[in-house]
Amino acid sequence: MSSDGFISIRNVGKSFGSFRAIESISMDIQQGEFFSLLGASGCGKTTLLRMLAGFETPSQGEIFIDGQPMSDVPPFERPVNMVFQNYAIFPHLNVRDNIAYGLRKQRLPKAKRNAMVDEMLDLVQLAGYGDRKADELSGGQRQRVALARALILKPKVLLLDEPLGALDKQLREQMQLELRRLQRSVGITFVFVTHDQEEALTLSDRIAVMQGGDVLQVDTPNALYEQPRTRDVASFIGTMNFLDGRVLSRVNGHTKLDIDAVGEIDIPTPHPAIVEGDRLSLAIRPEKIVLHRAAPDGPAMQGNLEMTSYLGERSHFHIRVPGCVEPMAVSAQNADLGEIRALEEGAPVWLSWHDDALIVLDGK
Amino acid sequence: MSELSYIKRPNRGLKIYAAAFLTVLYVPILFIPLFSFNDSLYVKFPLSGFTFQWYIELWERSAVWDSLGNSMRVGVAVSIISTILGTLAARAITRSRLPGQNAIVAFVMLPLVIPGIIFGVSLLILLSRLGVSLSLYTVTLGHLVVCLPFAVATLLPRFEGFDKSMEEASADLGENGWFTFWRVTFPLVLPGVIASLLLTFTISFDEFIMAFFLTGTDATLPMFIWTQLRFPQNFPSVLALASIILLVSFLLVFVALWVGRLGLIEPEESQS
Ligand SMILES: Nc1ncnc2c1ncn2[C@@H]1O[C@H](COP(=O)(O)OP(=O)(O)OP(=O)(O)O)[C@@H](O)[C@H]1O
Ligand SMILES: [Mg+2]
Repeated sequence: MSSDGFISIRNVGKSFGSFRAIESISMDIQQGEFFSLLGASGCGKTTLLRMLAGFETPSQGEIFIDGQPMSDVPPFERPVNMVFQNYAIFPHLNVRDNIAYGLRKQRLPKAKRNAMVDEMLDLVQLAGYGDRKADELSGGQRQRVALARALILKPKVLLLDEPLGALDKQLREQMQLELRRLQRSVGITFVFVTHDQEEALTLSDRIAVMQGGDVLQVDTPNALYEQPRTRDVASFIGTMNFLDGRVLSRVNGHTKLDIDAVGEIDIPTPHPAIVEGDRLSLAIRPEKIVLHRAAPDGPAMQGNLEMTSYLGERSHFHIRVPGCVEPMAVSAQNADLGEIRALEEGAPVWLSWHDDALIVLDGK
Repeated sequence: MSELSYIKRPNRGLKIYAAAFLTVLYVPILFIPLFSFNDSLYVKFPLSGFTFQWYIELWERSAVWDSLGNSMRVGVAVSIISTILGTLAARAITRSRLPGQNAIVAFVMLPLVIPGIIFGVSLLILLSRLGVSLSLYTVTLGHLVVCLPFAVATLLPRFEGFDKSMEEASADLGENGWFTFWRVTFPLVLPGVIASLLLTFTISFDEFIMAFFLTGTDATLPMFIWTQLRFPQNFPSVLALASIILLVSFLLVFVALWVGRLGLIEPEESQS
């Protein structure tokens, strides 16, 4: 009934025949938020978005928008508009008529209508293109027509299905900035679908990471990067190193762990789910690892330098550690490297880290 | 390297075949206009002289005009009704998931291959059982059966050829099903609708077998021609009439095919 977020998704699931495209999902999206659905191809992003728009009916659960249950509301009466993955610009209408398409019901005087269209053309920087047909526009221009066509109706929510997917890298980055600017200036809630994690991190206030029809974690870009809760999220966003170990003991906020290939370490952790004797996974970002030529004080791993990539400002290293399946990835500012820079491949190195760099993951 | 792909290579054998095919198909038909200008009652070589006499004779016979009027009325009615029904059918076939959809499509298309004489006889039996007297209405009914598959076949590719997200976009922008149809679907399939109108009109205009079984007192043009064949002195003007019908039919079908293909593009990559 009543709900927390502006958009409130409650136990929503979707099956196509015997195939479950969406497991039971619950989450809330706040008003004015730039909210992204991030996940690999086929994980159900479009399906979820289409349920918000009303093109698919949930097999279970309920969606609330602005407090109203949506199950009996057809797409043409929902306070949401969508920018389609392929833009779906009407080919028989010119740009102006495409943008004005949804205004028919408002029965505005012609002058007022034209003024609104002009305003939209300015907003999406397409002034002067009003008389073009859809097939006379570039991909980026079509995308902006699709945006203008939706925004002119002042929807409470704008749904965008990989709107930048078809664009080349440069245009894409430019459109990302424009989208962000637009969202700020119109103050509409955006629900944005993408499979590009960088895009999601750059644009979003919050991100829902999806996998196999399920939402793994909903968080700010910063929290997703710094505090991923599961191994799946951690490996999906950025590069991550994983360590496995066993809990030896817990004493007032400190946990003693026995890490494979490292040995015993002691980390400060308020993590409540940790129980003595459990196996657990730890994660650490490449840039949080410090390299040494000689064994440092405190817990460290010893390995051999396998590969170095020089990237100008930074260098990336792969270090083979006995007992770990994957080589450890390390990334460091070249300015901080000192003697490490001169190391040959195969040379022995030691890896260390700050206690708080270790992320304790849920599950094994 | 050649610009042409393997499939599109010029093929001499195919060209000869096409030429032979078209010759066999159209040379006999060309005799009709040829003899319609011949200054003789009899269809035989050598030609005896050029005349417009048969066309003028045609012009002056009221029975010709009556049957032309009948054919026009039936043709217009048939083309409009079959195109409307065809549009609805094509929409239903492409836009909804009906159980047994392929079977439905097959049944809609079946009249294309069922001999007209069977349909004609069965409709005649049915109508006489029901006590319906034969008239232009019964002819119209028979023509609808013949024309509907053509209407559907013309319209189906138009409906399949545009992205269903167009209709979703319209719904998303606030238009219900009715307005979405008129503002998006109909304009996009319009060339197919025009093609279907022209094609079904032409088919109805030329149709004989159904008319043969189902005509009452008012004859359509092909029925009129049929009755005239019994009078040798009228034969040349029948040829003149046939020539005119040929010409008009050709034009209509060409226009229909041309319009039907206007702006028909491969469906764009659809939504994932
Ligand atoms: N109409 C449908 N019928 C059956 N299965 C469907 C249908 N629509 C989607 N699916 C399936 O549901 C799953 C999720 O599809 P969806 O389109 O939501 O993926 P996505 O996350 O948007 O992927 P992408 O990034 O490739 O667009 C896929 O496995 C897909 O095959
Ligand atoms: Mg998708």
